[in-house]
Amino acid sequence: MKISKEEVLHVANLARLKLSDTEAEALAKDMESIIGFANKLNELDTDGVVPTAHAIPMSNAFREDVVKPSYDRDAMIKNAPSADEGGYTVPKVVE
Amino acid sequence: MHTFKAHEIRDKIKSKELSSQEITKAFLDRIDAVEDKVESYVTVLADEAMKAAKAVDEKIAAGEEVGALAGVPMALKDNLCTKDVLTTCSSKMLYNFRPPYDATVAQKLKKADTVLLGKVNMDEFAMGSSTENSYFKKTKNPYDISKVPGGSSGGSAACVSADEAAFTLGSDTGGSIRQPAALCGCVGMKPTYGTVSRFGLVAFASSLDQIGPLTKDVRDCALVYDQIVGYDPMDSTSVNREYASFEDALTGDVAGLKIGVPAEYMGEGISAPVQKAVMAALESFKGLGADYSEMHLPLNEYALPAYYMISSAEASSNLARFDGVKYGFRAEKFDDLVDLYAQTRSEGFGAEVKRRIMIGTYALSSGYYDAYYKKAQQVRTMIMQDFDKAFETYDVLVTPATPTTAFGFGEKTDDPLQMYMADICTVSVNIAGLPAVVLPCGYDENGLPIGLQIIGKPFGEAAILNAAYALEKTISKVKPAL
Repeated sequence: MKISKEEVLHVANLARLKLSDTEAEALAKDMESIIGFANKLNELDTDGVVPTAHAIPMSNAFREDVVKPSYDRDAMIKNAPSADEGGYTVPKVVE
Repeated sequence: MHTFKAHEIRDKIKSKELSSQEITKAFLDRIDAVEDKVESYVTVLADEAMKAAKAVDEKIAAGEEVGALAGVPMALKDNLCTKDVLTTCSSKMLYNFRPPYDATVAQKLKKADTVLLGKVNMDEFAMGSSTENSYFKKTKNPYDISKVPGGSSGGSAACVSADEAAFTLGSDTGGSIRQPAALCGCVGMKPTYGTVSRFGLVAFASSLDQIGPLTKDVRDCALVYDQIVGYDPMDSTSVNREYASFEDALTGDVAGLKIGVPAEYMGEGISAPVQKAVMAALESFKGLGADYSEMHLPLNEYALPAYYMISSAEASSNLARFDGVKYGFRAEKFDDLVDLYAQTRSEGFGAEVKRRIMIGTYALSSGYYDAYYKKAQQVRTMIMQDFDKAFETYDVLVTPATPTTAFGFGEKTDDPLQMYMADICTVSVNIAGLPAVVLPCGYDENGLPIGLQIIGKPFGEAAILNAAYALEKTISKVKPAL
């Protein structure tokens, strides 16, 4: 199982991670060994086996559609690294 | 006083033999005395704890009704949200995060009138088996401070083991309560998936995560579980059912109990002292009237690779929320919005967290989804069927909790797969959503604790706790010398 540095950088971009060259090289090696380990799963014939997402039978958890008090806006925003006028502030996205 | 168990503290406070302030002060003194060596806490809440203890004492003096664990000092893993109290997940990413709400378990323990001593250390975002991945500090094993406490709930386990709290809560995704409990010689339980609300637990792998107690004995484990179990509409995976008292179910009677011992957990890779202690415990069970026999869980070797695909995939999705906008760390330098995300995440996450995000993103990416993520979910089904079949014959299964006793710092940090193997005895339980309890069953030649795991049927906590309770009486426990 070979994972190239280019593949690592592609996945890093999907995950919104910026990697240094050393990090990317180390990760290529680690991912090769971990994904290689996961290839062990191919020893099992899973044809027709239904995948399990949750260990207990689960159906949609519905609740009554009623208005309830929510968290206070200022309390929720207090943790933001940057906020203004009751909103989060981020770099401009539209010119 | 700090050696008192939670049930002893509860009883002494109820009978007014002890005040909540006295016992809280005793634990804060204990923290002062040993925390330099153990380093189990990220945050100690000395003033707040004394204030809470005073409030409990005043309630009692006024003859008011108090909660079931009134005055019992405890600590919470730092991935459990506590209102206005730092909740860091031992990550730079959340170094300054003060949640605006309590996790359901924190709220329930408040209602039970416990006293929160502080928040305890962990592997960053609960990813790891040694607590070496904490951004803040390296927690030590109280039995030998040159050894790791296990992880990811290493702070929770070391804290209880060192008598720095009467009990703690941890979270368990692949063994994160049970493995450190084993290495630190305490009792730890991962309950059935869906029995304890995950609301306010910072999510790692949502289909596997479960909160549970770490305690000094089995009775404490049952009484803490009694307080945190139950349906919660705030968690859409919470199971809606009623639970009888687990403490009341502790009879110590195991006559006729059918114990299965999966051969796959007792062979290669399991150290000789661990095998010997588990075999001795099985003989003790026999002496108590239970019956054990060897059986097979042939798919066990596939549990770990399936676990790493599923848990990493879920983690990569869950950790997408840490982007430097809503809370926590934000990078200082960035070019635009996307760069703000990437820069923040690259500086805010540690190496293991990045590794898991990368593995998970890879497993979910187009072209690989079927081969890794879906495949792992199919294997998950097969592993669950393996357990279902086993429980047609056996009431509980007994295995070692870990392949070896506590290992040294840095011993497994170079090779991620080596570290992952530390969870070889525990991950399949999360895959199948089963309950399992770990308790000390002996000590190796260096005096390090050996953990035994009892696995139960779904919602079979009463049976595994009772079996653990019976076995515990046959074990002579040794306290760490700190």
